[in-house]
Amino acid sequence: MRKDYNLEKRKYVIGGFIVVIVAIYVFRLFNLQVADAQYKDSAQNNALLYRSSYPSRGQIYDRNDSLVVYNEPVYDLVFVPMDVEPFDTVDLCATLRMSRREFDDKWTKLNDKRTNRNYSLYTQQTLMQHLTPDDYGRIQEKLYKYPGFYIVQRIIRQYNYHVGANILGNIREVNDRDLERDSAGYYAPGDYTGDLGVEKSYERWLRGRKGKEILFRDAVGKIKGRYKDGAMDVAPIAGNDLKLSIDIELQQFGEHLMEHKIGAIVAIEPKTGEVLALVTSPNYDPALLVGKERGKNYALLSTDKNKPLFDRSIQAAYPPGSTFKPTQGLIFLQEGVVDLSTTFPCARGFHFGGMKVGCHGHGSPIALKPALQTSCNAYFCWGLKRMLDNKSKYGSTAQAFDLWKRYMVSMGYGYRLDIDLPGESRGFIPNVNYYDKMRGKDQWSALSIISISIGQGEILATPLQIANLSATIANRGYFYTPHVVKEIVGEGILKRFTERHYTMVDTSYYRPIVEGMRMAVTGGTCRKANIPGLEVCGKTGTAQNPHGKDHSVFMGFAPMNDPKIAICVFVENAGFGASFGVPIGALMIERYLNGDSPGLQSRANAMAATWTMTRSSTMPTTEISRGGNAATKPAGGTPGATAPAAPRGEAATVPNPQIQTGHGTKE
Amino acid sequence: MELRNDNENKSLLRQVDWLTVVLYAILVIAGAVSIYAATYNYERSSSMFSLDEFSGKQFLWIGLSFVIGFSLLLIDRRLYEAYAYPIYAAMILLLIITAFVAPDIKGSRSWLTFGPVSMQPAEFAKTATALALAKLFSTYGFQLKDFKSYAIAGTIILLPILCIILERETGSALVYTSLIFVLYREGMSGFVLFAALCAIVYFVLVLKFAATAIMGIELGIFIVFIIIMALIVAMLLFYCRSFILGRNVLLGYLGCGLLAWGLIALGVNVNGYLFFGLTIGASVIYLLIAMFHDDLRKVLTTVIWALASIVFMFSVNYAFNNVLQDHQQKRIKVTLGIVDDPKFTGYNVNQAKIAIGSGGIMGNGFLNGTQTKLKFVPEQHTDFIFCTIGEEEGFIGCVVVLGLFLALILRVMHIAERQHTAFGRVYAYCVASILIFHLAVNVGMVIGLCPVIGIPLPFFSYGGSSLWGFTFLLFILLRIDASRADYGNW
Repeated sequence: MRKDYNLEKRKYVIGGFIVVIVAIYVFRLFNLQVADAQYKDSAQNNALLYRSSYPSRGQIYDRNDSLVVYNEPVYDLVFVPMDVEPFDTVDLCATLRMSRREFDDKWTKLNDKRTNRNYSLYTQQTLMQHLTPDDYGRIQEKLYKYPGFYIVQRIIRQYNYHVGANILGNIREVNDRDLERDSAGYYAPGDYTGDLGVEKSYERWLRGRKGKEILFRDAVGKIKGRYKDGAMDVAPIAGNDLKLSIDIELQQFGEHLMEHKIGAIVAIEPKTGEVLALVTSPNYDPALLVGKERGKNYALLSTDKNKPLFDRSIQAAYPPGSTFKPTQGLIFLQEGVVDLSTTFPCARGFHFGGMKVGCHGHGSPIALKPALQTSCNAYFCWGLKRMLDNKSKYGSTAQAFDLWKRYMVSMGYGYRLDIDLPGESRGFIPNVNYYDKMRGKDQWSALSIISISIGQGEILATPLQIANLSATIANRGYFYTPHVVKEIVGEGILKRFTERHYTMVDTSYYRPIVEGMRMAVTGGTCRKANIPGLEVCGKTGTAQNPHGKDHSVFMGFAPMNDPKIAICVFVENAGFGASFGVPIGALMIERYLNGDSPGLQSRANAMAATWTMTRSSTMPTTEISRGGNAATKPAGGTPGATAPAAPRGEAATVPNPQIQTGHGTKE
Repeated sequence: MELRNDNENKSLLRQVDWLTVVLYAILVIAGAVSIYAATYNYERSSSMFSLDEFSGKQFLWIGLSFVIGFSLLLIDRRLYEAYAYPIYAAMILLLIITAFVAPDIKGSRSWLTFGPVSMQPAEFAKTATALALAKLFSTYGFQLKDFKSYAIAGTIILLPILCIILERETGSALVYTSLIFVLYREGMSGFVLFAALCAIVYFVLVLKFAATAIMGIELGIFIVFIIIMALIVAMLLFYCRSFILGRNVLLGYLGCGLLAWGLIALGVNVNGYLFFGLTIGASVIYLLIAMFHDDLRKVLTTVIWALASIVFMFSVNYAFNNVLQDHQQKRIKVTLGIVDDPKFTGYNVNQAKIAIGSGGIMGNGFLNGTQTKLKFVPEQHTDFIFCTIGEEEGFIGCVVVLGLFLALILRVMHIAERQHTAFGRVYAYCVASILIFHLAVNVGMVIGLCPVIGIPLPFFSYGGSSLWGFTFLLFILLRIDASRADYGNW
């Protein structure tokens, strides 16, 4: 036996070696496991799949609790490429009622990254959207034969009333821009979001809150179970229902009246600012923008030259014409420019220093109330001239004009009213800067801008602003911001809709204006609105426009002493206010206050059948399909079938409402 | 003779090193439990002992291992010694046959298949090689002194390496290099270990810092030059024990360094090769002249070592690019952090790090690890089993497992040193060396400190061959150790 004790010491080298190695490893493990937190995150990213569970979207009711918009489940046939096994293509085609060729085409497109941007071996690809109940039934039975194919439920919107598309809006899949702007990171590709109307402006409430499911996913992306048995999952919260302030039957009635016409009706409940009807014409059936055909229909609507997607009630800025006159009367009274006994001469118009504004036959000289009754142009020209020329009171025309402008803004003109719908126009009220720039500093005077006193010239207003003015007068001096949603169920009304906005004119000055507007109905320009038993007050407007025949405008409210409805009717290129604006306004008021009656209905039908739109540019010629049954609006019959009144085609050019594009003042 | 045998059998149970048996039992059972956790399926989970599960099968192998182990204890120790060479010869033959008849599985031909059963002879060749090496050293008069003795010992170690490389199982072949520890313990110059260490350090440095340049040469080469210079000085001072030579060379190096620094500061381009060539060359010439006044052999060794180091340093790049295969180059580069490739070459290690790192201090709890269960870590129940421990039992679990292994290895070394025979001692050191290599490389690769070399973690990794191979290795040692008290009685 050799035992070399020198060599035995070498055990310390070998032992030391492994001890050092283990020590290094322990140190490394400490770094990996204790000191560095990044691996925990990486592990979670690896293993956990966060899947959204979708709440049901809030439904929409009208002010009388009629259900307007509701959800309906539809079914999509999807497949996960990874899980698909060879299957009987012929049988699947037969089940789907699809030709083999069609199927092959779709199949190759879906399974190619170049043609299908969302392609991934592990995620759902949609083979067929919105299966009919028939298809659904047939496929459901046979699904076991096709591993990798699944049926998923989606929600689409359905409509009980096929009106009010401009108010309701619709829903669509989020696009790249939506995702970019979504700083809170709520949306994921494939989610739905509201587009247009309250679907857009109340998206936050309607959508509810998505839930979260946390699932285990293995290295190839297969789902392997629920994380912590679902303990960390978050249940979805259903969206809030909306209760509109809209009276859906009044809305329907209004849309019927506006058939074959271009324009808008806005009806407001003065006491609350609630919008009762918001009609734009031409319009479309909201159900067109649902489901499979959405894309196609949207393209058709957006290229239609009558612009059915353009909501004339809030997006179009028109010259308000004579409906503007009450505002002038109010300012003159408040500023002491006139009193009720002040009269101005009208020799078939306003003539001064070469400036001429025409008028029609009535007595002269004339005081404020009769001037409103007869819609005398000269009276208001004189009044404005007197105010702007009063240098001793205001210092200069510019300062006087500035004050005038502030009055107008306090009455809701010149800026957005901030109705709860997207895309509202601000109209236009010029200011001193505007005229200084357009005409040169000190190059303009009361006389050169005199047409603004009768709602012409540069003045532009939306039908909503005009209706709001009517509500302000009905309220004798204040308004609530007009809104179409009466209540977010469960949340109440938005606070900004409960605040009164007072104008700069004292309540007492409204009385004579109301009286003047009443006189216009009883014995003036609005006689067609004189409905027995309803004290209607009104003001016509015949707005000249550079694009064609005058627009017919009516502004009014009723009853006089307990106003329940304030209204503005705007019909493009329809001539005198009295010819279309007044009768349509009267029908609306009667319908709202007295309810439906056979007599009213027949008068309404006659109005609906009257054409002001150029026949060649009517909507019904556009083929818009909706799941098989072609429903288009305004329908009302084929062109020329029922047209008691002579077509006014000779005067009508292509309607071109002036779309406000930001030439507003910078204040 | 028979009487003594009886005595031996009776005392056997008392003589067996039970501590080792207990460590072995803990490790294999912990291994099977880890395998259950690694292959646990959320959707269908059957019992840990079900034969449908890998863990169930592993428990079966473990049961059989104990049978094998205790059978091995019953065999007379002298048989191991007597048949060491025949066993070794048979094993080599089996390895060669395997290389030719085995089916190709993932590029390697190391599995022999008999119907439903397959086994890997390479796992058992370790035992045979250890026995043969022990037998060699216990041969009367054998000492690791001359070339012949090195050649014989080297051949015994190299033969299985060549056979296993023939089977294209490079990882398993590398295990035998660990037997260098045995040679060291039995008298091989420590200089070999030192040279091996230097070689590894040079290799890593040259590759790791190849991308940046300093003084016109690669940073890696620059650093290695500096290290060589430092080591020359250190060797002169501590190995040759020549204060004067060490001091002179050190001063010379510092002078040259300062000169070069000054020139660079003045804007002169000093080429690195020129600088180091002149500096080291001058010192070598000085040493060759001066050595006649000193311990000639040791100074000459130092000079030869220095020149060999420089040659090795320059051959690293060539060897790396031309000798190693593509995937091996990549694995080394990933380990050294030269390339980052978490999707392909680095995938295993990256996922393994994530799995272990997610464990934290206490771990996610048994069966609560997500990474291994969801198959993010490949080879999770075999080579990468340590991930499951890291993920589910955390830092604490890892330290406990490493501690158990360390205890086992140190215990085996303790057993080795108490042997009265060279045969027992050498065999025990073989066992310790092989365990050291497996532990260091397997855990090292899982935590990203070693290139990926596919060898199992002893007792833990799933597989009958591996488990039984280590069982053979360990229980033969226990049998040899159990009769150490009888030394002199036979």
